[in-house]
Amino acid sequence: MTPSTRKIVTFEKVAKHFGAVKALNGVDLHVDRGECLGLVGHNGAGKSTLMHVLAGTLSPSFGTIAVYGEDITSSYDVGVANANGIRCVFQELSLCPNLTVAENTRIFHPSLKGWGWKRRASALIRTKLDEIFPDHGILPDDIVGDLSIGKRQMIEIARAFTVTEAPLNLVILDEPTSSLDAVTSAQLLDYVRRVGGEDQSCILISHMLGEVLEYTDRIAVMKDGAVVANRSTKDFDRDSLVKAMGNVVEMAEIQKHEACERVRGETPLVLEAATDGADSVAFRAHKGEIIGLAGLAGHGQTALLLKIYDAATKRRPDLRIDGPLALVAGDRQTDGIFHLWSIAQNIGVRSLPRMVKRGLIDPLAETALGEEWKDRIKIKAPDMNDNILSLSGGNQQKALFARALASDASITLMDDPMRGVDVGTKLEVYDLIRAEAEKGRTFLWYTTETDELKNCDHTYVFREGVIVADIARVDLSEEIILQSSFKEHA
Amino acid sequence: MTHVRQIVEKPWIWSFVGMFLVWLATVLYTGGTGATQVITAALSFATFTVIVGIGQMFVITTGPGNVDLSIPSTIALSGVLAMKIMGGSDAMLAVGLGASLASGFAVGVFNYMLIRLLRIPPIIATLSSSFLILSTAIAYGRGLKIKPPRMLADFTSAQVAGVPILAVVIILFAVGMSILLNRTLYGRSVLAIGQNMRAARLAGIRVERIRFATYTLSAVLAAITGFLLAGFSGGASLNMGQEYLLASIAVVVIGGTSVAGGKSNVPGIWGAAMFMFLLVTMLNTFGASAGIRLILTGIIIVTVITIAGGDKPAR
Repeated sequence: MTPSTRKIVTFEKVAKHFGAVKALNGVDLHVDRGECLGLVGHNGAGKSTLMHVLAGTLSPSFGTIAVYGEDITSSYDVGVANANGIRCVFQELSLCPNLTVAENTRIFHPSLKGWGWKRRASALIRTKLDEIFPDHGILPDDIVGDLSIGKRQMIEIARAFTVTEAPLNLVILDEPTSSLDAVTSAQLLDYVRRVGGEDQSCILISHMLGEVLEYTDRIAVMKDGAVVANRSTKDFDRDSLVKAMGNVVEMAEIQKHEACERVRGETPLVLEAATDGADSVAFRAHKGEIIGLAGLAGHGQTALLLKIYDAATKRRPDLRIDGPLALVAGDRQTDGIFHLWSIAQNIGVRSLPRMVKRGLIDPLAETALGEEWKDRIKIKAPDMNDNILSLSGGNQQKALFARALASDASITLMDDPMRGVDVGTKLEVYDLIRAEAEKGRTFLWYTTETDELKNCDHTYVFREGVIVADIARVDLSEEIILQSSFKEHA
Repeated sequence: MTHVRQIVEKPWIWSFVGMFLVWLATVLYTGGTGATQVITAALSFATFTVIVGIGQMFVITTGPGNVDLSIPSTIALSGVLAMKIMGGSDAMLAVGLGASLASGFAVGVFNYMLIRLLRIPPIIATLSSSFLILSTAIAYGRGLKIKPPRMLADFTSAQVAGVPILAVVIILFAVGMSILLNRTLYGRSVLAIGQNMRAARLAGIRVERIRFATYTLSAVLAAITGFLLAGFSGGASLNMGQEYLLASIAVVVIGGTSVAGGKSNVPGIWGAAMFMFLLVTMLNTFGASAGIRLILTGIIIVTVITIAGGDKPAR
């Protein structure tokens, strides 16, 4: 394979149609050696579909794919992509949960065989994890299913960068930082920049415009299945990028809403939880408050949310909850989606008791609820009776939001729910959450994005399962959160 | 056109297609004699498979690993218990039915306790409980062959114009069960749990209550089958439930219910139960030896499942 051209992959007029839906509508794009290409766009703009075509898991309806200048559209599949060193880290994680980290590495590398393959696979993945994520705390013998989604994401990424027989030319990272906290995200992006110098290319798909602007060489903007802008990163700034995506809402909107400040304790306490640890701060939520749960990923935030959720059905002495609960899952495949059901059924499942008439569920009420939320939360779907999996990842997430917001719950738990959701949608959902909070609903919001915490009236910072700080909105800053997250190491 | 496609996409349609083809082959072979009698017989015998099949369907729908293997012994226990209590007297009919239902309920509760409290996988829990149940039936029944009350025997074998009354009752019952599956909170919860138990819990479904209800329902339906079957066949015996172990699972699968859970339907169970009976009848008519019969039964079932289960992946 002689690199006669610097273009690793070239797409010409690539289109992909699913029935009447044109997910890709003639895309022209190429990736150079050693380049980091940013790919941005709204949910459903076609980014993930394009990457599936590139990874060989979907074949295009029209158009040509050329690798090193050679047209290989007809024979292109996963095997060819692998042989040409094209790897992909998809948004939906692909590790086998019942196997260990080392075993998952072995699946990726058939050449690790014979005596001692396990030792070699362990060494391979450990080295790469150490290289990308120092202090990752993952052992090769860990069972993947026992690890948090953040750690699973780290393994998935590290595995994509390991090399045995097949070459490594291009790694596609689809929303890699959405499950990672600030520290590990930075580690990953620094690594991507380092390997760029070694002639390895990356495609970074992200809704975090900041990291795209800071770490990529070139940015391609997608809209409605086509590339609408494709320029050097130097020629973009935040505003022009947002404009190119066709997004009229400015980021400044968030700040505007911070004006509405509320004095704590005016409304009744609806939730109180004691966490383990002697010097832990008590966790409290009042009616109508938005409470943030922050800190490094996997330090007990999700565990607390689940503990609170379970306490709704089983009384616990250390928890006091006043009102029905609903949960918005972040890990939507494992915790949220019913994959055989339609979008409307997925939204309605939490509200079924309300729709019962004379002992039977009223199908009209279910359809009506689906249509109502299709408009309210702008789910991009031709028909709410379509299967939930026909939606893009971000739209699936919207359906899960709709499920919780449509329910009778007065307290909503959110487990890092904005994974893979685009900026425009996020702002819409933030507005919705604030509006609902005004009406007296309480939100507990675990997020790995510091920007989102600005929506919260109070933020609790977690470290090793213990709440180490309680920060009011006025005092909130990235520094103070990082400081509390790392106190003991500082 | 869209109507045709909608019907072809129903997973249960294939069991009815299979049923019709097998019936046609039999009738063609015999030159038309016995065409209606064989349907009457199929309706009579399929009825019992349908009742246990519906119970098994709800269990299987709750997801991978869920299956009720205690159905045969529950049938035996219920039949033996009811026959002995009634002692052939019509006056004791209600008491006998009550005892039968109670035994089914008790089995369901016991099965669920093994699964939930001792955390035994359902396949092992229901298999081991089936030994205990059968031993109870043996200890209680002790080889007595008691005739069923006349009213019960009459009811289970009554026919109007070649249509068994019991089959009509169970068709109506199946309609009710179909509504239970698709239009009630219980049914929806079962379907949700079968797709993703964790997501179901986080969507506010009381997963363990639903599972409890499901295992109990299956056992109670098996008990009803035992009661009716004893009436139909002139008394209870300890091995009367034997053939329903595999039959209950086969009709669920042939009927288009997903073994992976979360997707099921009731009509297919009727089609599949009729199909299974007619298949054996056909092979008997052809004069196939026992060995050939078993081989062909196996091959045909695999074929039907392959066609019926030809589910395209959702994406």
